[in-house]
Amino acid sequence: MRIACPLCGERDRREFYYKGAALVRPAEGADLETWHEHVNLRENPAGPLDELWYHELGCGSWLKVTRNTATHEILDVELASEAGLGGEK
Amino acid sequence: MRLPGKGLNQGAKPVTFGFNGRHMMGLEGDTLASALLANDVHLMGRSFKYHRPRGVLTAGSEEPNALVTIGTGGEQDPNIRATQQEVFEGLEARSQNCWPSVERDVMAVNDLAAPFFTAGFYYKTFMWPAAFWEKLYEPMIRNAAGLGALSGEADRDTYEKAFAFCDVLVIGSGPAGLMAALTAGRAGADVILAEEDSRMGGRLLAEREEIGGKPGHAWAAEVLAELEAMDNVRLMTRTAVTGAYDQGTYGALERVSHHLPRRHSLRGSHLPRECFWRIAAKHAVLAAGAIERPVAFRNNDRPGIMMAGAVRAYLNRWGVAPGERVTLFANNDQAHRTARDLHDAGVHIAAVIDSRHDAPVDGPYQVIKGAQVCGSAGRQRIESITVRSVKGEEKVQTDCLAMSGGWNPSVHLTCHLNSRPQWNREALAFVPAEGAVPGMVTAGACNGTFSTAGALREGAEAAGKVVEALGLKSAAADLPDAEDDPYRIAALWAVPGKGRAWLDFQNDVTVKDVKQAAVENFRSVEHMKRYTTQGMATDQGKNSNVAALAVLADATGRTIPETGTTTFRPPFVPVSIGAMGAGAVDEGLKPQRFLTSHGESDTRGAHQLEVGLWYRAAYYPKPGETNWRQSCDREVTLVRNAVGICDVSTLGKIDIQGADAGKFLDFLYTNTFSTLKVGKVRYGLMLREDGFVMDDGTTARLGETHFVMTTTTAAAGQVMAHMEFVSQVLHPEWDVRFASVTEQWAQFAVAGPKSQELLNGLLDEDVNSGTWPFMGCGEATVLGVKGRLFRISFSGEHAYEIAVPARFGAALFRELLKRAEAMGGGVYGMEALNVLRIEKGLITHAEINGTVTAFDLGLQGMMSKKKAFLGKAMSTREGLMAEDRMRMVGLKPVGAAKEITAGAHLFTPGDPVERIYDQGYVTSAGYSPTVGHPIGLAFLKEGPDRIGETVRLVDHMRGVDTLCEVVSPVFFDPEGGRARG
Amino acid sequence: MRFSGWRVLKEGLTGNKGWKPHWRDPEPKSEYDVVIIGGGGHGLATAYYLAKEHGITNVAVLERGYLGGGNVGRNTTIVRANYYLPGNSEFYSHSLKLWERMEQDLNYNAMMSQRGIINLFHNDGQRDAAVRRGNAIINQGDDAELLSRERVRELAPFLNYDNNRFPIMGGLMQRRAGTARHDAVAWGYARGADMRGVDLIQNCEVTGIDVEGGKVIGVQTARGPIRAKKVALAAAGRSGQVAAMAGLTLPIESHVLQAFVSEGLKPIVDHVITFAEGHLYISQSDKGGMVFGSYLDFYSSYAARGNLPMVEHTMESFVAMVPALSKARLLRSWGGIMDMTPDGSPIIDHSPVDGLYLNCGWCYGGFKATPGSGHVYAHLIATDRPHGAATKLKLDRFRSGVGLMDEEGTGAQHNLH
Repeated sequence: MRIACPLCGERDRREFYYKGAALVRPAEGADLETWHEHVNLRENPAGPLDELWYHELGCGSWLKVTRNTATHEILDVELASEAGLGGEK
Repeated sequence: MRLPGKGLNQGAKPVTFGFNGRHMMGLEGDTLASALLANDVHLMGRSFKYHRPRGVLTAGSEEPNALVTIGTGGEQDPNIRATQQEVFEGLEARSQNCWPSVERDVMAVNDLAAPFFTAGFYYKTFMWPAAFWEKLYEPMIRNAAGLGALSGEADRDTYEKAFAFCDVLVIGSGPAGLMAALTAGRAGADVILAEEDSRMGGRLLAEREEIGGKPGHAWAAEVLAELEAMDNVRLMTRTAVTGAYDQGTYGALERVSHHLPRRHSLRGSHLPRECFWRIAAKHAVLAAGAIERPVAFRNNDRPGIMMAGAVRAYLNRWGVAPGERVTLFANNDQAHRTARDLHDAGVHIAAVIDSRHDAPVDGPYQVIKGAQVCGSAGRQRIESITVRSVKGEEKVQTDCLAMSGGWNPSVHLTCHLNSRPQWNREALAFVPAEGAVPGMVTAGACNGTFSTAGALREGAEAAGKVVEALGLKSAAADLPDAEDDPYRIAALWAVPGKGRAWLDFQNDVTVKDVKQAAVENFRSVEHMKRYTTQGMATDQGKNSNVAALAVLADATGRTIPETGTTTFRPPFVPVSIGAMGAGAVDEGLKPQRFLTSHGESDTRGAHQLEVGLWYRAAYYPKPGETNWRQSCDREVTLVRNAVGICDVSTLGKIDIQGADAGKFLDFLYTNTFSTLKVGKVRYGLMLREDGFVMDDGTTARLGETHFVMTTTTAAAGQVMAHMEFVSQVLHPEWDVRFASVTEQWAQFAVAGPKSQELLNGLLDEDVNSGTWPFMGCGEATVLGVKGRLFRISFSGEHAYEIAVPARFGAALFRELLKRAEAMGGGVYGMEALNVLRIEKGLITHAEINGTVTAFDLGLQGMMSKKKAFLGKAMSTREGLMAEDRMRMVGLKPVGAAKEITAGAHLFTPGDPVERIYDQGYVTSAGYSPTVGHPIGLAFLKEGPDRIGETVRLVDHMRGVDTLCEVVSPVFFDPEGGRARG
Repeated sequence: MRFSGWRVLKEGLTGNKGWKPHWRDPEPKSEYDVVIIGGGGHGLATAYYLAKEHGITNVAVLERGYLGGGNVGRNTTIVRANYYLPGNSEFYSHSLKLWERMEQDLNYNAMMSQRGIINLFHNDGQRDAAVRRGNAIINQGDDAELLSRERVRELAPFLNYDNNRFPIMGGLMQRRAGTARHDAVAWGYARGADMRGVDLIQNCEVTGIDVEGGKVIGVQTARGPIRAKKVALAAAGRSGQVAAMAGLTLPIESHVLQAFVSEGLKPIVDHVITFAEGHLYISQSDKGGMVFGSYLDFYSSYAARGNLPMVEHTMESFVAMVPALSKARLLRSWGGIMDMTPDGSPIIDHSPVDGLYLNCGWCYGGFKATPGSGHVYAHLIATDRPHGAATKLKLDRFRSGVGLMDEEGTGAQHNLH
């Protein structure tokens, strides 16, 4: 598997760490049910999924990768810092 | 028998090799199989279940029968395909799965019991009595299992791994592959041409058909010469592409020195035995050819019965005739080339049997059309076949039967990403589905195109597409003239009749087994495979799968496409674990990280321990000390009484800077750091988003916008990634930057009542409680070197940690030791460090084990109510705050056995020692020379509320059962006066 | 037909003409008391125990492919009961006891081989964790023993003792653990369920779950609608997809776990051996192949196949620990789809939909759980009360944080368990 890091270009999967689905963090003060959904529950689609990868052995960027979980086709990669995942501050 | 004047290896150097102790002559370029056939040796192995005598069937890596063992001891290499292994001077091979010899194999008695050893028989018996499975039945079955054997000694060969990158990977060097490589190479693409054989050319080496008016092998040689001259083309022989993976990644195994005497690949020599390649290719052209398939008929497994295409390969490439009276049995036109070529070479063709009444073939020998071979005779070599035709049955004497049931395209790699091949009704074969592997195009026989002209055309076309996609200009294709015969075939899978007709030669799966599976309702092709073991041998069904499923389709009244097919999965050919794991042998599994003090610790005889990737000194034995406890006790005592030095550089150190650094730390830690004064250090606790404790450590504020964080050794990487996550993903708006500086700084604890005195003789600055108060920090100069000094304590003593750039680490360590020893102190290691911190109830990852909360640790007061921090919300879940959670306490033995062991469980005295009464467990334990008895830290249900109670400590593993008093986790100096003073 | 050595003998002498189908291929009926979604090990075992222990035989098992085609047919065949947290301890203990009498119970030889498992440890911390685990196993009533390095060496002399990046310090052994012939487990349960009247329906994909007024009433399938009083999910790997048909979101991520088998070799590895460093587990099958595996590939996947980095990691751990098997050749690799939960432990529970039951989240533990899972799940479906060995496998624990079973201590990141 190879991922095109926006900063480094295409790199082998072994340079990256996988965290999971790229979800928008709940606002501070959100109720526990919202946090439960965020931390535990997963849509888990068999198809395109936005997910978080960390270019640990490269530039250190966290990436939002859109990847098809059924075929492993990579559809899009962007810097996670530009993906608005921090939620309401 | 070698035919003079035949073959492509004429004039090759003769070599002597051994097989089962018998020494023979071969020629360089021979495979073991061709050399044995040249010496009229047909019996090469025994089958798996029935131990039937077996000869070579094929001329390629798919060989199921002729598997041999080479070498002994740490060089012993089982299951080597005789069809792949090249002979060299001194090669010694031997048959396997037979005893005492391949000619006389005692286990052949299994063949007589065959009626009872049918498909899946073992699922129906060996059940009574239950205990007999492990005691009797299984050992019996296991002893019969397996083919070759390993010696049990460590592998003595070396292996390598490598990466390669290219525009186009061409897999296979037959006419399609050569044409593709030529087209892409001429267009300027970076090409890798990979061929699993020792010589490029594929079927062109085995056939006599011409290309461009010259022999196919001569055309191949010309193309190869041109490719070799191109800088942008890399030719890789003996390299099998083993797997297709995502985004154009391929695995490939290069057999680097299997064809050379062993001395070249042993440890310390210059060549690896094998090299495993990871090839990243923008495009690939699969030109893997096809594999000929046998026909199932009674006793079709005797030595001397071979694939027709393999017979041509032995004849035309190696100049070897596998028999003197050869017969041919086929259902397609191409196979008749075998009879033609043998006849032209002067070999007698006893009969040609074609199952088709209207077969458009003839020759200057007996051709029986509309007939079938329905049996064979001969024990260790075929002697005759029985031919059934409209005229009835007749026996034909023969010492070699060449058979062909048609060809199966080598679609294997196209299945690796889950694509299913499709049935082609004309070719009677599975062909690759369109777009099976992104970036891969297929060409030639693997595509179901069996003529030479077709292969050349498709190779050029495939490369043309790739060249275009690369944005390169393709030179006009100049396709040479070549044979363009139609592929005429009529279905023939199994000849009807009594007796056993083999499908899977190695695993001894017969037509009967497949039919029985169908009767027992193992009708799914996957069920049939798993029930009969069809296709599960070392060839993974390359020779037999399609015929087996045709038999299954017939038995279940379905068509072949309705029946479906099993999946080919990586690797295409078996790959040694040594090759894929290259580099990890001995101490190569993970990188080794050494402290700057490592050399000095070694000099002092320290016992070094692996701590993650680091090596740390556990203790430093002094003369006369006979066990670690003596050293540990002494080292603890010297810290408590004088001053101790310990290298603590393995702790993660992260330099954090920026206007929002304080805000950032406030979010990371449960407690507040933005209010920390410059020049001060604070202890912090970090949670995961699920509310459990991730890590702890101290963070120092060196300036208004500058902090230095320490993490535990274990969590250094995790915390760094976590911080990057917070700053990039959650709060990209904050102005903060950080970098790991763990390797940049060497850091030493200077701990004990004399620590201040020691430093005052060493630093340029005056160290006193005014300049360096408890939890103070700042820059300090050590013998002219700028460093940092932190007044922090992990021992409960008045203590410091001093940091200098790593290049000064070794020198400073030696200097600190010299001074400490002069003051009655000295060095201490991990064991003493651990005792010191347990005495003070300080935690490590023995306690922060991923399932504990701040509440469990008694640190709930550190969770700020005033600010947001990561993990806050989930930490308030009821289950994380429940009173009956196991919470941290200290333990002191009060029973007869004065022992506390980590991992022991705790019970209320009087309760049964059973899970449901479990009250907790010990996380850390040690002997405290300071308080004079063993001490431990534990998690105990409602622990802090049970101080003063007695609990029963049970460690079944170590045979400890004693009583302990629950005490505060701080065993020594609970007021903390020693550290503060 | 009852299977026995005599039957094999008799059939062998009479041309093997008397063998009968191991199960029928019935047409689906329009209604069942219980519909089980998923004809893998857990679904088939559930059907078997529903029929055998609770007399509920009007049951259909709906399988979209072939019986036993999911994870029960693509694992590393290890059976053990060496968990240490409450919830897991009693459940896997219960399961192991069922394994021990499975063959006589099913009249099917699943080759359950109690050859013992040895979990190697390499440093003090790992040893103490192994001790904690071993003690928990004994407290549960199962067997465990601590092995010294010398004892490990006697049992497995072929390991790397002398020149190892992470020297072997000792091992935790459970003698009652071992391996079983994975496919045969599925087939044995299928045959047992079928004999008791359960309809096993292959090639019957469930496409919808019908819910009316918060209660399940049936399913839609590729072969038409089927009404059901109760619907039981047993589709690990696809749990999230199936649950979504009833409007549920589960605490599950699907991940691929690769497994490997080598060419057949004469016996050399007598036990199941695992390594704490590198997370490798190996055993040798009765056919001679080394069966082994390691971690997940660590990215979400439904592809049932993996990539090279984890393949190579596995082989690297292998040669580091067992250099004597370096010349064994990898014959085949494949992937299974794991339901990964936030604590690495499974769920057997009611769902928020009345009449819909959950059996999912098996992470690495699904195969060894097979008999236990079927047994306690059948109990839940039949009685609407959890079985005593499965009171803690609750869906709600993730919301409340009560009774989390995080054996790895890696927290709510699904792929880390």
